[in-house]
Amino acid sequence: MAVWDDLVGQGPVVEQLSAAARDADAFVTAAAAAHAEESVGHASRAAASKMTHAWLFTGPPGSGRSTAARAFAAALQCVNPDRTLGATPGCGFCDGCHTTLVGTHADVEVVATDQLSIGVKDTRDLVRRSSLSPSGGRWQVIVLEDADRLTEGAGNVLLKAVEEPAPRTVWLLCAPSLEDVLPTIRSRCRHLNLRTPPVEAVADVLVRRDGIEPELAAAVARATQGHIGRARRLATDERARSRRATVLRLPLQLGDIGGCLRAAQSLVDSATEDAKQVAEESDAKETEELRAALGAAPGGSSRMPRGTAGAMKDLADRQKRRATRTQRDTLDLALVDLAGFYRDVLAVQLGTSAPVANAEVRDVIDRLASSCRPENTLRRIEAILACREALASNVAPLLAVEAMTMALRGG
Amino acid sequence: MAKKTSDDPLAPVTIAVGQEGLLLDRAVADVVTAARAADADTDVRELTPDTLAPGTLAELVSPSLFAERKVVVVRDAQDLSADTVKDVKPYLAAPVEGITLVLLHAGGAKGKALLDAARKSGSREVACPKMTKPADRLAFVRAEFRTAGRSVTSEACQTLVDAIGSDLRELACACAQLAADVDGTIDEAVVARYYTGRAEATGFEVADLAVTGRATEALERLRWALAVGQPLPGITFALASGVRAIGKLATAPRGARTGDLAREFGMPPWKIDRVRQQMRGWTGDGVAVALRAVAEADAAVKGASADPAYALEKAVVIIARVAQSR
Repeated sequence: MAVWDDLVGQGPVVEQLSAAARDADAFVTAAAAAHAEESVGHASRAAASKMTHAWLFTGPPGSGRSTAARAFAAALQCVNPDRTLGATPGCGFCDGCHTTLVGTHADVEVVATDQLSIGVKDTRDLVRRSSLSPSGGRWQVIVLEDADRLTEGAGNVLLKAVEEPAPRTVWLLCAPSLEDVLPTIRSRCRHLNLRTPPVEAVADVLVRRDGIEPELAAAVARATQGHIGRARRLATDERARSRRATVLRLPLQLGDIGGCLRAAQSLVDSATEDAKQVAEESDAKETEELRAALGAAPGGSSRMPRGTAGAMKDLADRQKRRATRTQRDTLDLALVDLAGFYRDVLAVQLGTSAPVANAEVRDVIDRLASSCRPENTLRRIEAILACREALASNVAPLLAVEAMTMALRGG
Repeated sequence: MAKKTSDDPLAPVTIAVGQEGLLLDRAVADVVTAARAADADTDVRELTPDTLAPGTLAELVSPSLFAERKVVVVRDAQDLSADTVKDVKPYLAAPVEGITLVLLHAGGAKGKALLDAARKSGSREVACPKMTKPADRLAFVRAEFRTAGRSVTSEACQTLVDAIGSDLRELACACAQLAADVDGTIDEAVVARYYTGRAEATGFEVADLAVTGRATEALERLRWALAVGQPLPGITFALASGVRAIGKLATAPRGARTGDLAREFGMPPWKIDRVRQQMRGWTGDGVAVALRAVAEADAAVKGASADPAYALEKAVVIIARVAQSR
């Protein structure tokens, strides 16, 4: 059951998916056999099949939505000969599984965006792709990792394709929750909900798969509250750890108005810095490549050929949107860390047995817990969530964060 | 007003430097008028960089059979091609008698070599900079009336500048029109008969009024800003930076020097002084309340509310109220 190994603590979902993959495999095998006997006509799907043509994976961030979708895609493409002997598809080492997992399978299209949203234009291409027959004779799988980033128009473009795809096309959509997808899309998919994996399971996976020290693994798993990706990042990336430490010191700097403003400024600055770093890594290279492709002489200053300004501007716009997204994502991460901190304060204030996630700043948590009342802490958590919403609705980042630090100070 | 280094408009070479179209045109008109006064048959040639090829200048300045006076005007001299500049430079050093060359140059780094050469050869220079400060525009209006030989009150000038805005041509036209239409002293009532309203209102003006607690004036200015089509996010940005500046300075050490503060907060020193004035009446909690109100307004103008104008008004009222909370 190798392809399911990365799905941590999702027993029921894995069961459901592997059953579906088995039925899908049976269907493909039957159709191939029918074709070999040259009995013309479509093999119909068995009535009791656990397979269907559109799936919607939901679950909190870090629960492994896209991992589940990729694993399922791999299982659908599995060509391990053991299948005929009754093995479940999804071995993890046959051609089909392997190429899917590394992202080179010809019949698996993974759509993930680094932009703010997925627009109508990109989606139309996707619909065209979905009507192709699979070249490998099994399934044409389209994995849409950020279905929540589809714009309304793009969602509507998808409707028809998701409702009645070509016979061998399977849609796998991923979104944080059902509410993030248009109701009309939602009703056309079979829904699978993933849960937040338990902290121990995450730590276990980090130790087993990434070879991280058990102590560190336990600490980062607890700190990220079951978000596998972030736990691994924290465990492996020194900069991520230091940024997190900075964020957790923020509640101490909110003594006066000036402190609030400075804290907000530094938070936004570090996010901007992050976006700039990402931009530096890729923007210049992309631009130079496009210039070369459009036929400009190498070197930054030469004139562009006539009629290429539009393409250059498109690229610049795309890069700008990516920078916005990076900045927002970084800020959002910081806010989640901050919310986790106040969650700990609340847990201490209410005397619950829930373990403290940010054990490294236990002293600060205790001090804050004894200096205010649970109502204050709740109001602060609300202010953080309100700030996340404000950022998502495009409020100026500095202003939104300042309003939040002010609210954190007031309690 | 245009500053003149030498007052003889018939100097062999005149350079008009700047980007204010009206003043450039006036500099040209001065020269042409003077030349026509000296010789009514003066030939005026207007050239642009694309009509001035290498050699054209030599052709134009070569002595004519009838020894007539000529004024050669070169517009956008900063855009001249390198070859043409090679032509023009030697001429600057040795101008031909009876020819008046007027170079209109935008200033700035582009085509600077030509400008430097002209300055070095001792040409007459007329400065035509864009007027950016409100005080400059007031002075301009006053000078316009003075040139027309009319007396004007300072309130009238202010009303006129408010109503017309920053376009110098429009201001000059309005002055000419008033001087032609009205007898006697031009005062506020006269101006108000022809010009009302406010052509320009910025978010920063709204913010400055709001943070000093003048709610009524701030609301009025906000309405003007909305009416002249100021982008709404710009207004919330101005409000936010106004309140933010107060928040920053409020917690700064009391005895700190203006220069140090300016460096620390990244503001110009005059801004520090102004914010210090505005700070009276503010409390720390007031800053918190005001900033949150602005954040709400920002969300509203970006689509969270059906009536962004109301959201802005609400924020302005809140700011003005907390500005007097002490």
